Amino acid sequence: MTRALAMIGAAVLALLASIGRLILFTARALSHLARPPFYGREFAAALWQVGYLSLPVVGLTALFTGGALALQIYAGGARFNAEEVMPQITAIGMVRELGPVLVGLMFAARVTSSIAAEIATMKVTEQIDALVTLSTHPMKYLTVPRLLAATLVMPLLVAVADVIGILGGYLVATERLGFSPHVYLQNTADFLEPLDIISSLTKGAVFGFIAALMGCYFGMNSARGAQGVGAATKTSVVVAAVLILAANFLLTEAFFSA
Amino acid sequence: MIELAQVTKSFGSNAVLRGVDLSVGKGHSMVVIGGSGTGKSVLIKCILGLVAPDGGTVSVDGRDVTRSDRDALLARFGMLFQGAALFDSLPVWQNVAFRLLRGAQKRPKAQAREIALQKLARVGLGPEVADLYPAELSGGMQKRAGLARAIAAEPEIIFFDEPTTGLDPIMAGVINDLIREIVTEMGATAITITHDMTSVRAIADDVAMLHAGKIRWTGPVAQLDTCDDPYVTQFIHGRAEGPIETLR
Repeated sequence: MTRALAMIGAAVLALLASIGRLILFTARALSHLARPPFYGREFAAALWQVGYLSLPVVGLTALFTGGALALQIYAGGARFNAEEVMPQITAIGMVRELGPVLVGLMFAARVTSSIAAEIATMKVTEQIDALVTLSTHPMKYLTVPRLLAATLVMPLLVAVADVIGILGGYLVATERLGFSPHVYLQNTADFLEPLDIISSLTKGAVFGFIAALMGCYFGMNSARGAQGVGAATKTSVVVAAVLILAANFLLTEAFFSA
Repeated sequence: MIELAQVTKSFGSNAVLRGVDLSVGKGHSMVVIGGSGTGKSVLIKCILGLVAPDGGTVSVDGRDVTRSDRDALLARFGMLFQGAALFDSLPVWQNVAFRLLRGAQKRPKAQAREIALQKLARVGLGPEVADLYPAELSGGMQKRAGLARAIAAEPEIIFFDEPTTGLDPIMAGVINDLIREIVTEMGATAITITHDMTSVRAIADDVAMLHAGKIRWTGPVAQLDTCDDPYVTQFIHGRAEGPIETLR
């Protein structure tokens, strides 16, 4: 009994220590965001890497999800003769939830993993120590550009995903289910409110921040060797995904609980 | 002058440095020898501030490094890492000119490239290497490029961490000669970490042996072979028998 309690206590303490380290890392990263120097070239490279190169996976995810969502809503609505609300529900589902959440999760899979693996490899090959000896702060050179790029670019990716997701629903509705193209688009446009779009883009920014932060944090704190790099990569994606889903719940509560 | 006084460092229960005293005169080349895992790399990382010592003081020209302006201090240092530690995402010339492309020593890109090409030439690498990425270079070429980066900003103090590890004997000899030449012509203070006795004889003015977390012996390289310390004797002759415990 005593041993079990001691193990639980140790696990809780370890968890609290991890949370504390993550909060300190976040605070340090934010403090560096506001202080020069700012590495513009690294920021531009990060925008390209995390933003532009994420477009194909984001677009395909949104297209298929929008199409599947339209089919599900149509089939579900048919049970109580409400098929005609499919465009509105597809739009609201994509913009409020599936667009930001799925893009966030795909972003975590693609970007968090690549940031964590890259930084962890730099750590185990002493490249981060080399940065320090070259009078360059790793937090400024590695973390800040990625964090800023992900936070700024994710709302754009979510906006793209929202549009493509609605397009997926539109294609299914007009090509498979016999909806009028004009009526479909009109219903979608009339039903969406500014708050839906604001919540979607806000979620995008928060999820982008979380995804990049987790990649940087676990990369910087990687253990040595190939196993350390692998563990850092895996853990960063898992934690980013869980935090994105938790943040999604909190943001949904904040925006729509009234 | 670099001075360490009673420097201690532990990682958990593993006390790596247990009170290191070491003094390196300006313009001298000190080589620190010792077995694997004796804390040689930790020692130079403590001087650079990459690892915070638990106790003792590290001073450069009489100033405690923990209380000095870190950027100004690091601007005086160059370092060649064991695996060269070149940045994978940058071409070789940008690795060499890294310090010249950003920060306090920033200068126009064309000028930085010109200096990088000169430094690459100094270590025997031609301009055709400049636009390659580190992954496209052999181990010996990476070491040379790392050496070029270490000297690019004309530092007053240069550290070399296991400069010949993983190289064939000929390439190791080339790197040793380059280090000796560069340190002499730049008048730099140098600390080299190695367990390669050929490197010691090629590079050192003075030698210090680190064992069990302390400096076991220190003196001019010329006295190394006549030293009667059994630990030093066992180490420099590579004997399995002696006071240094070995796993067999």
